[in-house]
Amino acid sequence: MTDIQASMDVLPGLDPRAPLLQINDLHVEFRTRDGVAKAVNGASFRLSPGETLAILGESGCGKSVTAQAIMGILESPPGHITRGEVRYRGVDLLKLPEHERRKVRANKIAMIFQDALSALNPVYTVGFQLAELFRAHRGMSRADAKNRAIGLLDQVRIPAARARINDYPHQFSGGMRQRVMIAMALALDPEVLIADEPTTALDVTVQAQIMSLLAELQRQRNMGLILITHDMGVVADVADRISVMYAGRVIEEAPVYDIYARPAHPYTRALLESIPRLDLKGHQLTAIRGLPPVLTDIPSGCAFNPRCRYAKDPCLQDPPPPAYAIAPHRTARCHFFREVLGE
Amino acid sequence: MSDPNLIAMAEAPAGSGRPRSLAGDAWHDLRRNKIFWASSVLVLVVLLMALAPSLFTSADPAACALSNKHKGPAGGALFGYDFQGCDVFARTVHGTRNSIEVGFLSTLLAGVIGLCFGLAAGYYGGAVDAVLSRGIDIVLGIPFLLGAVVFSGRLSAGEGDDGVTAVTLTLGLLAWTSAARVMRSSVVSAKSQDYVAAARMLGAGPLRLMFRHILPNSIAPFIVVLTLMLGANIAAEATLSYLGVGLKGEAISWGVQIADAQGQARVAAGPLVWPSVFLAATVLAFIMLGDAVRDAFDPKLR
Repeated sequence: MTDIQASMDVLPGLDPRAPLLQINDLHVEFRTRDGVAKAVNGASFRLSPGETLAILGESGCGKSVTAQAIMGILESPPGHITRGEVRYRGVDLLKLPEHERRKVRANKIAMIFQDALSALNPVYTVGFQLAELFRAHRGMSRADAKNRAIGLLDQVRIPAARARINDYPHQFSGGMRQRVMIAMALALDPEVLIADEPTTALDVTVQAQIMSLLAELQRQRNMGLILITHDMGVVADVADRISVMYAGRVIEEAPVYDIYARPAHPYTRALLESIPRLDLKGHQLTAIRGLPPVLTDIPSGCAFNPRCRYAKDPCLQDPPPPAYAIAPHRTARCHFFREVLGE
Repeated sequence: MSDPNLIAMAEAPAGSGRPRSLAGDAWHDLRRNKIFWASSVLVLVVLLMALAPSLFTSADPAACALSNKHKGPAGGALFGYDFQGCDVFARTVHGTRNSIEVGFLSTLLAGVIGLCFGLAAGYYGGAVDAVLSRGIDIVLGIPFLLGAVVFSGRLSAGEGDDGVTAVTLTLGLLAWTSAARVMRSSVVSAKSQDYVAAARMLGAGPLRLMFRHILPNSIAPFIVVLTLMLGANIAAEATLSYLGVGLKGEAISWGVQIADAQGQARVAAGPLVWPSVFLAATVLAFIMLGDAVRDAFDPKLR
């Protein structure tokens, strides 16, 4: 089991003063029989320790693919990373050979999946799966690994952890399973945690518990957290910054308060307007007209132009709008951000 | 407090956890399964018969007297005598060993080949899959009987060879394709599961992914195919022996007996029926046992 022994110090070019995680101009495409689907078209963002970045967008906007590309678990073929950098502390992970890359996974960057039931191996007990991580990565003995597993399950607040490590994933409830998933992701003390729709499959009450657990664990460990979601309600309480993605581009990036108070991109604005509000009970719910673009055929110019009420001629022309700096730490890819802000 | 349910509840461990291992859980299920008991008793009897035929009969299967031709059951000869005047019961009991040996070893061989091909083709995909799958197609394209006649002829060591090794190799080399295909398809579907992606996310390498995560989740249908194959291979040995390219000379098996007796079936049915009954019961017992064990060990079915 020495194939994934932790030997992180030897990662070439590691610079502890470099940003924790920086994504530059990431492009991912899927080469399918129906053509090339451009899932991510130049996503860029950065993450600092202790910070929570929410990546927000509709289904198919490239959120999960971005996460998979960062983790290096993109199915390839059909997925290909055609351009860009994923820098962890200055090291471009995309240029690392697979065996070096494997050491980064779980040790430095870990991920939790949307559906914990399918993300846990059904034929092993939860305790075995956790203990296996410690044995493989840390070379621990069976007994030590088991104790660490119990400790971890305690940390994610699973009652009677000592008894429950002998249970199989299907014997846990949805919320408890997601806690197990979180425990597995945090087992090797990663510096970055990517949560891909961690609460989508859960009840609303359980969602709140899981979110507060994540926030608390992040505070304790000073981790960088990337929270991928389509639910604007979930992010409001926990995120520090929000990146809104549309058709594989980050179209707006801003501190969470600013985005809720004054969105600068028409798409963000439309998303906020489509949240059901208690004070507007009885009114018709606002929806964004049209559908997200088909990824094999993204509109030229701003990809949102067919659905945008601000769209004018420049929006239809390539190249797509650049990232306008509209305030410190705030960008938006809209030619008419002033109008959107000022209205 | 005399209600047994209350006592059972009080004895159950706190929380919803059942601190029992997978094997313990499986045993707990199997103990209550009548089919498991019936088939395992049958399998044990057959195995015992193969290992120690003299426990069941003291008669010599080779001691035949033409004067006994087609005589009915008498004395130790429970099933009567056949065309050559041999004791049918003794021959059936002594034939068990060859039938079981050929069936087991050829299934083992086919299973090993099928597992390697299926796992590699399913896991690596792409060009590896294309090459291995075409290899499977080619072997599958060989007509079974024609292939078996040619193979067992070539593999036979010649005069004096009883043909057990040749038949085992022949069946193993021809039968693995269905197992390989089943293995490949279940590996393909297991490979795309989230838990494999999660294991990769947690730093697992290709060998660990293949044997720790994919294999245990894709082996159940393969095992079912093997239990079916075990029965089919025992029957196939009978077919080959019937055609005269299977076991030869002094060797006895159920297939040899069925082949010898079929010409006389209208005169005396016993010598044909009894080995056939043993064959059918054995095949059925292995299939049912395989089914029961698979159900018990598969946590996904709970």
